[in-house]
Amino acid sequence: MLELRNISFSADGKQILNNINLTIDDAKFIVITGPNGGGKSTLAKVIAGIITPDSGQILLDGQDITNWSITERARAGVSFAFQQPVRFKGVTVHDLITLASGRDLSAAAACEYLSEVGLCAKDYIDREVNASLSGGELKRIEIATVMARKTKLTIFDEPEAGIDLWSFKNLIDVFEKMHREIKASILIISHQERILNIADQVVVISGGSVAKIGAKEDVLPELFHVSTGCRYFQGGNA
Amino acid sequence: MMDDVIKNLLSEISDMTEIPVNGAFNIRGNGASLGRNSTENIQIVPKPNGSGIDIYIQPGTKDEHVHIPALITESGVHDLVYNDFHIGEGADVTIVAGCGIHNCGNEESLHEGIHRFYVGKNAKVRYLEKHIGEGDGNGKRIINPQTHIEGAENSYLEMDTVQLKGVDSTKRISSAKLQAGATVVIKEKIMTHGNQTAETAFDVILEGAGSSAKLISRSVAKDHSYQLFRSKIVGNSDCYGHSECDAIIMDDGIVAAEPEIVANNVDATLIHEAAIGKIAGDQLTKLMTLGLTEAEAEAQIINGFLK
Repeated sequence: MLELRNISFSADGKQILNNINLTIDDAKFIVITGPNGGGKSTLAKVIAGIITPDSGQILLDGQDITNWSITERARAGVSFAFQQPVRFKGVTVHDLITLASGRDLSAAAACEYLSEVGLCAKDYIDREVNASLSGGELKRIEIATVMARKTKLTIFDEPEAGIDLWSFKNLIDVFEKMHREIKASILIISHQERILNIADQVVVISGGSVAKIGAKEDVLPELFHVSTGCRYFQGGNA
Repeated sequence: MMDDVIKNLLSEISDMTEIPVNGAFNIRGNGASLGRNSTENIQIVPKPNGSGIDIYIQPGTKDEHVHIPALITESGVHDLVYNDFHIGEGADVTIVAGCGIHNCGNEESLHEGIHRFYVGKNAKVRYLEKHIGEGDGNGKRIINPQTHIEGAENSYLEMDTVQLKGVDSTKRISSAKLQAGATVVIKEKIMTHGNQTAETAFDVILEGAGSSAKLISRSVAKDHSYQLFRSKIVGNSDCYGHSECDAIIMDDGIVAAEPEIVANNVDATLIHEAAIGKIAGDQLTKLMTLGLTEAEAEAQIINGFLK
Protein backbone atom coordinates (compact mmCIF):
# COMPACT_ATOMS: atom_id res chain seq x y z
CA MET A 1 0.00 0.00 0.00
CA LEU A 2 1.25 3.46 -0.88
CA GLU A 3 0.18 6.39 1.23
CA LEU A 4 0.81 10.06 0.52
CA ARG A 5 0.31 12.38 3.49
CA ASN A 6 0.07 16.15 3.12
CA ILE A 7 2.44 16.31 0.14
CA SER A 8 3.30 19.84 -0.99
CA PHE A 9 5.79 21.04 -3.54
CA SER A 10 6.55 24.41 -5.07
CA ALA A 11 8.97 25.56 -7.76
CA ASP A 12 9.86 29.02 -9.03
CA GLY A 13 7.49 30.56 -6.49
CA LYS A 14 4.54 28.54 -7.78
CA GLN A 15 2.68 25.99 -5.68
CA ILE A 16 2.60 22.82 -7.83
CA LEU A 17 1.27 20.36 -5.24
CA ASN A 18 -0.82 21.55 -2.34
CA ASN A 19 -1.35 19.22 0.59
CA ILE A 20 -2.07 16.04 -1.36
CA ASN A 21 -3.42 13.07 0.58
CA LEU A 22 -3.88 9.83 -1.30
CA THR A 23 -3.88 6.11 -0.54
CA ILE A 24 -3.27 3.46 -3.17
CA ASP A 25 -4.31 0.02 -1.97
CA ASP A 26 -2.59 -3.15 -3.12
CA ALA A 27 -3.46 -4.54 -6.54
CA LYS A 28 -5.58 -1.55 -7.49
CA PHE A 29 -5.85 0.10 -10.86
CA ILE A 30 -5.81 3.86 -10.31
CA VAL A 31 -6.00 6.54 -12.96
CA ILE A 32 -5.02 10.09 -12.15
CA THR A 33 -6.51 12.66 -14.48
CA GLY A 34 -7.12 16.38 -14.62
CA PRO A 35 -6.15 19.46 -16.60
CA ASN A 36 -2.64 20.02 -17.95
CA GLY A 37 -0.43 21.83 -15.48
CA GLY A 38 -2.51 20.54 -12.57
CA GLY A 39 0.41 18.69 -10.92
CA LYS A 40 -0.21 15.08 -12.08
CA SER A 41 3.27 14.39 -13.48
CA THR A 42 4.90 16.13 -10.53
CA LEU A 43 2.99 13.86 -8.17
CA ALA A 44 4.13 10.76 -10.08
CA LYS A 45 7.74 11.94 -9.88
CA VAL A 46 7.37 12.56 -6.14
CA ILE A 47 6.27 8.94 -5.70
CA ALA A 48 9.24 7.65 -7.75
CA GLY A 49 11.68 9.87 -5.82
CA ILE A 50 12.64 11.97 -8.85
CA ILE A 51 11.23 15.07 -7.14
CA THR A 52 11.60 15.67 -3.40
CA PRO A 53 8.52 17.29 -1.85
CA ASP A 54 8.86 20.40 0.34
CA SER A 55 6.75 18.76 3.02
CA GLY A 56 4.66 15.68 3.68
CA GLN A 57 5.28 11.97 4.00
CA ILE A 58 5.31 9.01 1.65
CA LEU A 59 4.76 5.54 3.09
CA LEU A 60 5.18 2.27 1.24
CA ASP A 61 3.68 -0.69 3.10
CA GLY A 62 3.79 1.39 6.26
CA GLN A 63 7.45 2.30 5.89
CA ASP A 64 8.40 5.97 5.57
CA ILE A 65 10.23 6.27 2.23
CA THR A 66 10.08 10.08 2.00
CA ASN A 67 13.87 10.43 2.18
CA TRP A 68 14.67 7.36 0.10
CA SER A 69 16.56 7.77 -3.17
CA ILE A 70 15.18 6.84 -6.59
CA THR A 71 17.27 3.65 -6.48
CA GLU A 72 16.04 2.63 -3.03
CA ARG A 73 12.42 3.11 -4.06
CA ALA A 74 12.98 1.19 -7.30
CA ARG A 75 14.47 -1.69 -5.33
CA ALA A 76 11.55 -1.54 -2.87
CA GLY A 77 9.13 -2.11 -5.76
CA VAL A 78 8.30 1.21 -7.42
CA SER A 79 8.53 1.41 -11.23
CA PHE A 80 8.11 4.51 -13.34
CA ALA A 81 7.44 4.74 -17.08
CA PHE A 82 8.49 8.14 -18.37
CA GLN A 83 6.15 10.31 -20.39
CA GLN A 84 9.08 11.15 -22.65
CA PRO A 85 11.36 8.10 -22.75
CA VAL A 86 15.08 8.68 -22.47
CA ARG A 87 17.44 7.88 -25.36
CA PHE A 88 20.83 6.21 -24.88
CA LYS A 89 23.61 6.01 -27.45
CA GLY A 90 25.06 2.51 -27.47
CA VAL A 91 22.62 0.92 -25.02
CA THR A 92 20.50 -1.66 -26.83
CA VAL A 93 16.88 -2.57 -26.26
CA HIS A 94 18.09 -5.94 -24.93
CA ASP A 95 20.48 -4.17 -22.50
CA LEU A 96 17.71 -1.96 -21.18
CA ILE A 97 15.17 -4.76 -20.68
CA THR A 98 17.88 -6.87 -19.02
CA LEU A 99 18.76 -4.04 -16.62
CA ALA A 100 15.08 -3.57 -15.89
CA SER A 101 14.53 -7.24 -15.09
CA GLY A 102 17.49 -7.21 -12.69
CA ARG A 103 18.76 -10.55 -13.96
CA ASP A 104 20.59 -12.03 -16.89
CA LEU A 105 17.79 -12.10 -19.40
CA SER A 106 18.11 -14.12 -22.61
CA ALA A 107 17.30 -12.44 -25.89
CA ALA A 108 14.30 -14.77 -26.23
CA ALA A 109 12.93 -13.74 -22.83
CA ALA A 110 13.46 -10.05 -23.59
CA CYS A 111 11.71 -10.52 -26.92
CA GLU A 112 8.55 -11.68 -25.15
CA TYR A 113 8.18 -8.26 -23.54
CA LEU A 114 8.65 -6.54 -26.90
CA SER A 115 6.04 -8.75 -28.51
CA GLU A 116 3.58 -7.83 -25.79
CA VAL A 117 3.90 -4.16 -26.66
CA GLY A 118 3.37 -4.91 -30.33
CA LEU A 119 6.96 -4.65 -31.56
CA CYS A 120 8.39 -7.33 -33.82
CA ALA A 121 11.06 -8.46 -31.40
CA LYS A 122 13.75 -9.57 -33.82
CA ASP A 123 13.74 -6.16 -35.49
CA TYR A 124 14.27 -4.31 -32.22
CA ILE A 125 16.12 -6.42 -29.69
CA ASP A 126 19.62 -5.43 -30.86
CA ARG A 127 18.84 -1.85 -31.79
CA GLU A 128 20.23 1.01 -29.79
CA VAL A 129 17.74 3.02 -27.76
CA ASN A 130 18.75 6.14 -29.64
CA ALA A 131 17.34 8.81 -31.92
CA SER A 132 16.88 6.30 -34.76
CA LEU A 133 13.74 5.04 -32.96
CA SER A 134 10.50 6.96 -33.33
CA GLY A 135 8.68 8.45 -30.35
CA GLY A 136 6.06 5.69 -30.54
CA GLU A 137 8.68 2.92 -30.66
CA LEU A 138 10.52 4.42 -27.68
CA LYS A 139 7.29 4.62 -25.77
CA ARG A 140 6.51 0.97 -26.30
CA ILE A 141 10.06 -0.01 -25.30
CA GLU A 142 9.61 2.11 -22.18
CA ILE A 143 6.45 0.17 -21.34
CA ALA A 144 8.29 -3.13 -21.98
CA THR A 145 11.04 -2.13 -19.52
CA VAL A 146 8.63 -1.51 -16.66
CA MET A 147 6.74 -4.72 -17.47
CA ALA A 148 10.03 -6.62 -17.10
CA ARG A 149 10.43 -5.26 -13.55
CA LYS A 150 7.23 -6.90 -12.24
CA THR A 151 7.07 -4.61 -9.21
CA LYS A 152 4.30 -4.08 -6.70
CA LEU A 153 3.64 -0.54 -7.95
CA THR A 154 4.05 0.70 -11.51
CA ILE A 155 3.44 4.32 -12.49
CA PHE A 156 2.79 5.26 -16.12
CA ASP A 157 3.00 8.94 -16.98
CA GLU A 158 0.67 9.47 -19.97
CA PRO A 159 1.40 6.13 -21.65
CA GLU A 160 -0.97 6.90 -24.53
CA ALA A 161 1.08 9.88 -25.72
CA GLY A 162 2.97 8.90 -28.85
CA ILE A 163 1.28 5.49 -29.22
CA ASP A 164 0.28 6.35 -32.74
CA LEU A 165 0.15 3.31 -34.95
CA TRP A 166 -0.35 0.67 -32.37
CA SER A 167 -3.98 -0.01 -31.71
CA PHE A 168 -5.12 1.50 -28.49
CA LYS A 169 -6.77 -1.74 -27.43
CA ASN A 170 -3.39 -3.44 -27.13
CA LEU A 171 -2.24 -0.85 -24.64
CA ILE A 172 -5.30 -1.50 -22.51
CA ASP A 173 -4.65 -5.26 -22.79
CA VAL A 174 -1.07 -4.74 -21.54
CA PHE A 175 -2.29 -2.87 -18.46
CA GLU A 176 -5.00 -5.42 -17.73
CA LYS A 177 -2.57 -8.32 -18.15
CA MET A 178 -0.01 -6.70 -15.84
CA HIS A 179 -2.69 -6.03 -13.30
CA ARG A 180 -3.97 -9.59 -13.50
CA GLU A 181 -0.69 -11.49 -13.64
CA ILE A 182 1.54 -9.56 -11.28
CA LYS A 183 -1.32 -8.61 -8.98
CA ALA A 184 0.33 -5.28 -8.69
CA SER A 185 -0.96 -1.75 -8.28
CA ILE A 186 -0.96 0.28 -11.44
CA LEU A 187 -1.09 4.04 -11.32
CA ILE A 188 -1.67 5.71 -14.68
CA ILE A 189 -1.71 9.39 -15.48
CA SER A 190 -3.99 9.75 -18.44
CA HIS A 191 -6.50 11.88 -20.27
CA GLN A 192 -7.84 8.89 -22.16
CA GLU A 193 -11.46 8.00 -21.61
CA ARG A 194 -10.83 4.34 -22.40
CA ILE A 195 -8.07 4.12 -19.79
CA LEU A 196 -10.29 5.89 -17.28
CA ASN A 197 -12.95 3.31 -18.02
CA ILE A 198 -10.83 0.38 -16.76
CA ALA A 199 -9.84 2.08 -13.50
CA ASP A 200 -10.88 0.80 -10.08
CA GLN A 201 -10.48 4.32 -8.82
CA VAL A 202 -10.19 7.71 -10.51
CA VAL A 203 -8.37 10.63 -8.93
CA VAL A 204 -8.85 14.11 -10.36
CA ILE A 205 -6.00 16.48 -9.65
CA SER A 206 -6.46 20.11 -10.43
CA GLY A 207 -4.55 23.16 -9.27
CA GLY A 208 -2.19 20.98 -7.24
CA SER A 209 -4.95 19.44 -5.12
CA VAL A 210 -7.11 16.33 -5.18
CA ALA A 211 -10.34 17.70 -6.63
CA LYS A 212 -12.22 14.43 -6.68
CA ILE A 213 -11.57 10.82 -5.81
CA GLY A 214 -13.73 7.76 -6.10
CA ALA A 215 -14.89 4.81 -8.15
CA LYS A 216 -15.10 5.49 -11.87
CA GLU A 217 -18.88 5.11 -11.76
CA ASP A 218 -19.04 8.04 -9.39
CA VAL A 219 -16.35 10.28 -10.84
CA LEU A 220 -16.61 9.83 -14.59
CA PRO A 221 -20.17 11.08 -15.21
CA GLU A 222 -19.42 14.26 -13.34
CA LEU A 223 -16.02 14.60 -14.99
CA PHE A 224 -17.39 14.40 -18.51
CA HIS A 225 -20.32 16.59 -17.63
CA VAL A 226 -18.00 19.27 -16.28
CA SER A 227 -15.54 18.92 -19.08
CA THR A 228 -18.02 19.35 -21.91
CA GLY A 229 -16.40 21.66 -24.37
CA CYS A 230 -12.95 21.12 -22.89
CA ARG A 231 -10.24 19.42 -24.89
CA TYR A 232 -8.33 17.61 -22.24
CA PHE A 233 -10.37 14.46 -22.31
CA GLN A 234 -9.89 12.46 -25.45
CA GLY A 235 -11.94 9.79 -27.07
CA GLY A 236 -10.89 6.20 -27.27
CA ASN A 237 -9.47 6.09 -30.78
CA ALA A 238 -6.17 7.87 -30.43
CA MET B 1 59.61 -17.72 -25.81
CA MET B 2 57.04 -15.35 -24.42
CA ASP B 3 56.79 -14.50 -20.74
CA ASP B 4 53.47 -14.07 -18.93
CA VAL B 5 53.46 -10.27 -19.24
CA ILE B 6 53.78 -10.50 -23.01
CA LYS B 7 51.15 -13.26 -23.17
CA ASN B 8 48.71 -11.14 -21.20
CA LEU B 9 49.26 -8.08 -23.37
CA LEU B 10 48.93 -10.19 -26.49
CA SER B 11 45.64 -11.62 -25.37
CA GLU B 12 44.33 -8.15 -24.46
CA ILE B 13 45.03 -6.62 -27.85
CA SER B 14 44.59 -9.57 -30.19
CA ASP B 15 42.84 -12.43 -28.34
CA MET B 16 45.94 -14.58 -28.98
CA THR B 17 47.59 -16.31 -26.04
CA GLU B 18 50.41 -18.10 -27.84
CA ILE B 19 52.36 -17.70 -31.02
CA PRO B 20 50.01 -19.30 -33.53
CA VAL B 21 51.07 -22.28 -35.60
CA ASN B 22 49.43 -21.17 -38.81
CA GLY B 23 47.89 -18.14 -40.47
CA ALA B 24 49.67 -14.94 -41.40
CA PHE B 25 51.14 -13.05 -38.48
CA ASN B 26 54.04 -10.99 -37.21
CA ILE B 27 54.44 -10.48 -33.47
CA ARG B 28 56.73 -7.62 -32.52
CA GLY B 29 58.10 -7.44 -28.97
CA ASN B 30 60.35 -4.63 -27.72
CA GLY B 31 61.34 -3.72 -31.27
CA ALA B 32 62.21 -7.27 -32.43
CA SER B 33 60.23 -10.03 -34.11
CA LEU B 34 58.95 -12.74 -31.75
CA GLY B 35 57.44 -14.76 -34.55
CA ARG B 36 56.35 -14.46 -38.14
CA ASN B 37 54.50 -16.58 -40.66
CA SER B 38 53.36 -16.11 -44.22
CA THR B 39 50.70 -18.10 -46.02
CA GLU B 40 50.15 -18.97 -49.65
CA ASN B 41 48.14 -15.79 -50.21
CA ILE B 42 49.68 -13.46 -47.65
CA GLN B 43 53.40 -12.81 -47.58
CA ILE B 44 54.99 -10.89 -44.73
CA VAL B 45 58.40 -9.58 -45.76
CA PRO B 46 60.77 -7.62 -43.50
CA LYS B 47 61.98 -4.34 -44.96
CA PRO B 48 65.66 -4.47 -45.95
CA ASN B 49 66.68 -1.77 -43.46
CA GLY B 50 64.82 -3.43 -40.60
CA SER B 51 62.37 -0.56 -40.20
CA GLY B 52 59.25 -2.71 -40.49
CA ILE B 53 57.43 -5.13 -42.72
CA ASP B 54 55.63 -5.27 -46.03
CA ILE B 55 52.47 -7.34 -46.12
CA TYR B 56 51.48 -8.53 -49.58
CA ILE B 57 47.97 -9.87 -49.95
CA GLN B 58 47.34 -11.61 -53.25
CA PRO B 59 44.46 -10.48 -55.47
CA GLY B 60 41.29 -12.40 -54.78
CA THR B 61 42.34 -13.63 -51.31
CA LYS B 62 39.13 -14.32 -49.38
CA ASP B 63 38.27 -14.59 -45.70
CA GLU B 64 41.86 -14.61 -44.40
CA HIS B 65 43.25 -12.86 -41.35
CA VAL B 66 46.56 -11.13 -40.66
CA HIS B 67 47.68 -10.47 -37.09
CA ILE B 68 50.46 -7.97 -36.45
CA PRO B 69 50.46 -7.04 -32.74
CA ALA B 70 53.27 -4.94 -31.25
CA LEU B 71 54.22 -5.26 -27.59
CA ILE B 72 56.54 -3.33 -25.31
CA THR B 73 57.34 -4.69 -21.86
CA GLU B 74 60.58 -2.83 -21.11
CA SER B 75 60.92 0.67 -19.77
CA GLY B 76 62.76 3.20 -21.93
CA VAL B 77 62.00 1.55 -25.30
CA HIS B 78 61.33 3.84 -28.28
CA ASP B 79 59.93 1.67 -31.02
CA LEU B 80 59.27 3.10 -34.50
CA VAL B 81 57.90 0.76 -37.14
CA TYR B 82 56.64 1.11 -40.71
CA ASN B 83 54.16 -1.53 -41.82
CA ASP B 84 52.92 -1.36 -45.38
CA PHE B 85 49.91 -3.36 -46.53
CA HIS B 86 49.59 -4.07 -50.24
CA ILE B 87 46.10 -5.45 -50.73
CA GLY B 88 45.46 -7.04 -54.10
CA GLU B 89 42.41 -6.44 -56.25
CA GLY B 90 39.24 -8.09 -55.05
CA ALA B 91 40.76 -9.41 -51.81
CA ASP B 92 38.53 -9.63 -48.72
CA VAL B 93 40.59 -9.79 -45.51
CA THR B 94 40.69 -8.88 -41.83
CA ILE B 95 43.80 -7.27 -40.36
CA VAL B 96 44.27 -7.20 -36.59
CA ALA B 97 46.94 -4.81 -35.33
CA GLY B 98 47.26 -3.00 -32.04
CA CYS B 99 49.84 -2.20 -29.41
CA GLY B 100 50.23 -2.95 -25.74
CA ILE B 101 52.76 -1.31 -23.44
CA HIS B 102 53.57 -2.73 -20.01
CA ASN B 103 55.85 -0.25 -18.29
CA CYS B 104 56.95 -0.96 -14.73
CA GLY B 105 60.00 1.30 -14.87
CA ASN B 106 60.58 5.01 -14.61
CA GLU B 107 61.53 5.70 -18.19
CA GLU B 108 59.14 6.54 -20.96
CA SER B 109 58.10 3.74 -23.36
CA LEU B 110 56.99 4.82 -26.80
CA HIS B 111 55.52 2.98 -29.76
CA GLU B 112 55.06 4.72 -33.09
CA GLY B 113 53.41 2.47 -35.63
CA ILE B 114 53.03 3.90 -39.09
CA HIS B 115 50.67 1.82 -41.17
CA ARG B 116 50.10 2.44 -44.85
CA PHE B 117 47.34 0.67 -46.72
CA TYR B 118 47.35 0.40 -50.48
CA VAL B 119 43.90 -1.05 -51.08
CA GLY B 120 43.43 -2.49 -54.57
CA LYS B 121 40.35 -2.17 -56.76
CA ASN B 122 37.23 -3.83 -55.34
CA ALA B 123 39.17 -5.04 -52.30
CA LYS B 124 37.55 -5.15 -48.89
CA VAL B 125 39.49 -4.75 -45.66
CA ARG B 126 38.44 -4.86 -42.04
CA TYR B 127 41.17 -3.36 -39.87
CA LEU B 128 41.03 -3.71 -36.08
CA GLU B 129 43.37 -1.85 -33.77
CA LYS B 130 43.40 -1.88 -29.96
CA HIS B 131 45.79 0.06 -27.76
CA ILE B 132 46.35 -0.45 -24.07
CA GLY B 133 48.87 0.56 -21.45
CA GLU B 134 49.58 -1.09 -18.12
CA GLY B 135 52.23 -1.44 -15.44
CA ASP B 136 52.75 0.54 -12.27
CA GLY B 137 55.98 2.39 -13.04
CA ASN B 138 56.24 6.16 -13.31
CA GLY B 139 57.49 5.97 -16.89
CA LYS B 140 54.97 7.22 -19.40
CA ARG B 141 53.26 4.89 -21.87
CA ILE B 142 52.97 6.63 -25.21
CA ILE B 143 51.41 5.25 -28.39
CA ASN B 144 51.37 7.33 -31.58
CA PRO B 145 49.72 5.36 -34.36
CA GLN B 146 49.42 6.57 -37.91
CA THR B 147 47.14 5.06 -40.52
CA HIS B 148 47.38 6.19 -44.12
CA ILE B 149 44.98 4.74 -46.65
CA GLU B 150 45.02 4.91 -50.42
CA GLY B 151 41.81 3.39 -51.72
CA ALA B 152 41.61 2.38 -55.38
CA GLU B 153 38.32 2.30 -57.30
CA ASN B 154 35.43 0.65 -55.45
CA SER B 155 37.61 -0.47 -52.55
CA TYR B 156 36.26 -0.58 -49.00
CA LEU B 157 38.18 -0.25 -45.75
CA GLU B 158 36.58 -0.31 -42.33
CA MET B 159 38.78 0.55 -39.35
CA ASP B 160 37.83 -0.02 -35.71
CA THR B 161 40.26 1.57 -33.28
CA VAL B 162 39.93 1.36 -29.53
CA GLN B 163 41.96 2.80 -26.66
CA LEU B 164 40.28 2.49 -23.29
CA LYS B 165 42.96 2.45 -20.63
CA GLY B 166 46.47 3.06 -19.54
CA VAL B 167 47.93 5.10 -22.39
CA ASP B 168 49.33 8.37 -21.03
CA SER B 169 49.67 10.18 -24.29
CA THR B 170 48.57 9.44 -27.82
CA LYS B 171 48.64 11.28 -31.11
CA ARG B 172 46.59 9.42 -33.64
CA ILE B 173 46.92 10.55 -37.21
CA SER B 174 44.82 9.02 -39.97
CA SER B 175 44.53 9.98 -43.60
CA ALA B 176 42.75 8.60 -46.63
CA LYS B 177 42.69 9.41 -50.30
CA LEU B 178 39.89 7.73 -52.16
CA GLN B 179 39.34 7.08 -55.86
CA ALA B 180 35.98 6.64 -57.58
CA GLY B 181 33.52 4.50 -55.64
CA ALA B 182 35.96 3.87 -52.75
CA THR B 183 34.76 3.96 -49.14
CA VAL B 184 36.38 4.27 -45.73
CA VAL B 185 34.54 3.85 -42.45
CA ILE B 186 36.58 4.72 -39.35
CA LYS B 187 35.18 4.08 -35.88
CA GLU B 188 37.23 5.32 -32.97
CA LYS B 189 36.59 4.78 -29.25
CA ILE B 190 38.73 6.50 -26.67
CA MET B 191 38.59 6.83 -22.91
CA THR B 192 41.12 8.93 -21.03
CA HIS B 193 41.60 9.34 -17.31
CA GLY B 194 44.11 10.82 -14.85
CA ASN B 195 46.25 13.37 -16.67
CA GLN B 196 46.22 11.55 -20.01
CA THR B 197 46.07 13.33 -23.34
CA ALA B 198 44.70 12.03 -26.63
CA GLU B 199 44.79 13.81 -29.95
CA THR B 200 43.06 12.49 -33.01
CA ALA B 201 43.40 13.87 -36.52
CA PHE B 202 41.58 12.62 -39.60
CA ASP B 203 42.44 13.96 -43.00
CA VAL B 204 40.34 12.55 -45.83
CA ILE B 205 40.36 13.50 -49.49
CA LEU B 206 37.39 12.29 -51.51
CA GLU B 207 38.97 12.41 -54.94
CA GLY B 208 36.80 10.21 -57.14
CA ALA B 209 33.13 10.32 -58.02
CA GLY B 210 31.02 8.20 -55.70
CA SER B 211 33.70 8.00 -53.02
CA SER B 212 32.57 8.23 -49.42
CA ALA B 213 33.94 8.50 -45.91
CA LYS B 214 32.35 8.04 -42.53
CA LEU B 215 34.32 8.97 -39.40
CA ILE B 216 32.75 8.19 -36.07
CA SER B 217 34.52 9.11 -32.86
CA ARG B 218 33.09 8.36 -29.43
CA SER B 219 35.09 9.34 -26.42
CA VAL B 220 34.97 9.78 -22.67
CA ALA B 221 37.32 12.17 -20.84
CA LYS B 222 37.52 11.65 -17.07
CA ASP B 223 39.53 13.23 -14.23
CA HIS B 224 41.94 15.86 -15.61
CA SER B 225 42.41 14.28 -19.02
CA TYR B 226 42.40 16.19 -22.30
CA GLN B 227 41.28 15.19 -25.78
CA LEU B 228 41.46 16.98 -29.10
CA PHE B 229 39.50 15.77 -32.12
CA ARG B 230 40.41 17.24 -35.49
CA SER B 231 38.88 16.14 -38.75
CA LYS B 232 39.16 17.46 -42.24
CA ILE B 233 37.20 16.07 -45.14
CA VAL B 234 37.81 17.49 -48.58
CA GLY B 235 35.35 16.67 -51.35
CA ASN B 236 36.74 17.04 -54.86
CA SER B 237 33.94 15.26 -56.71
CA ASP B 238 30.39 13.97 -56.46
CA CYS B 239 31.07 12.37 -53.08
CA TYR B 240 29.74 11.92 -49.55
CA GLY B 241 31.57 12.60 -46.31
CA HIS B 242 30.27 12.43 -42.76
CA SER B 243 32.19 12.95 -39.55
CA GLU B 244 30.72 12.62 -36.11
CA CYS B 245 32.37 13.40 -32.79
CA ASP B 246 30.45 12.46 -29.65
CA ALA B 247 32.11 13.00 -26.32
CA ILE B 248 31.15 12.59 -22.68
CA ILE B 249 33.07 14.77 -20.23
CA MET B 250 33.31 13.94 -16.54
CA ASP B 251 35.07 15.46 -13.54
CA ASP B 252 37.54 18.03 -14.94
CA GLY B 253 37.95 16.37 -18.32
CA ILE B 254 38.32 18.56 -21.40
CA VAL B 255 37.36 17.75 -24.98
CA ALA B 256 37.91 20.02 -27.96
CA ALA B 257 36.57 19.32 -31.46
CA GLU B 258 37.85 21.08 -34.55
CA PRO B 259 35.95 19.87 -37.59
CA GLU B 260 36.67 21.11 -41.07
CA ILE B 261 34.83 20.23 -44.24
CA VAL B 262 35.83 21.57 -47.62
CA ALA B 263 33.64 21.10 -50.70
CA ASN B 264 35.57 21.77 -53.89
CA ASN B 265 32.82 20.38 -56.08
CA VAL B 266 29.18 21.43 -56.28
CA ASP B 267 28.07 17.79 -56.01
CA ALA B 268 30.01 17.08 -52.83
CA THR B 269 27.87 16.42 -49.74
CA LEU B 270 29.78 16.85 -46.50
CA ILE B 271 28.41 16.74 -42.97
CA HIS B 272 29.95 17.18 -39.57
CA GLU B 273 28.22 16.57 -36.25
CA ALA B 274 29.80 17.17 -32.86
CA ALA B 275 28.29 16.84 -29.42
CA ILE B 276 30.20 17.25 -26.18
CA GLY B 277 28.60 17.18 -22.76
CA LYS B 278 28.26 15.42 -19.46
CA ILE B 279 26.00 12.39 -19.02
CA ALA B 280 22.42 13.60 -19.32
CA GLY B 281 20.64 13.73 -15.97
CA ASP B 282 17.54 12.01 -17.32
CA GLN B 283 19.65 9.04 -18.46
CA LEU B 284 20.92 8.56 -14.91
CA THR B 285 17.41 9.01 -13.54
CA LYS B 286 15.94 6.43 -15.90
CA LEU B 287 18.47 3.77 -14.95
CA MET B 288 18.05 4.59 -11.26
CA THR B 289 14.30 3.98 -11.62
CA LEU B 290 15.31 0.48 -12.78
CA GLY B 291 17.13 -0.04 -9.47
CA LEU B 292 20.70 0.94 -10.38
CA THR B 293 22.72 3.23 -8.12
CA GLU B 294 23.99 6.45 -9.65
CA ALA B 295 27.50 4.96 -10.01
CA GLU B 296 26.12 1.79 -11.64
CA ALA B 297 23.99 3.89 -13.99
CA GLU B 298 27.02 5.97 -14.98
CA ALA B 299 29.07 2.84 -15.68
CA GLN B 300 26.27 1.35 -17.81
CA ILE B 301 25.91 4.53 -19.84
CA ILE B 302 29.66 4.73 -20.52
CA ASN B 303 29.95 1.01 -21.30
CA GLY B 304 27.13 1.32 -23.81
CA PHE B 305 28.53 4.50 -25.30
CA LEU B 306 31.94 2.91 -25.89
CA LYS B 307 30.71 -0.58 -26.76
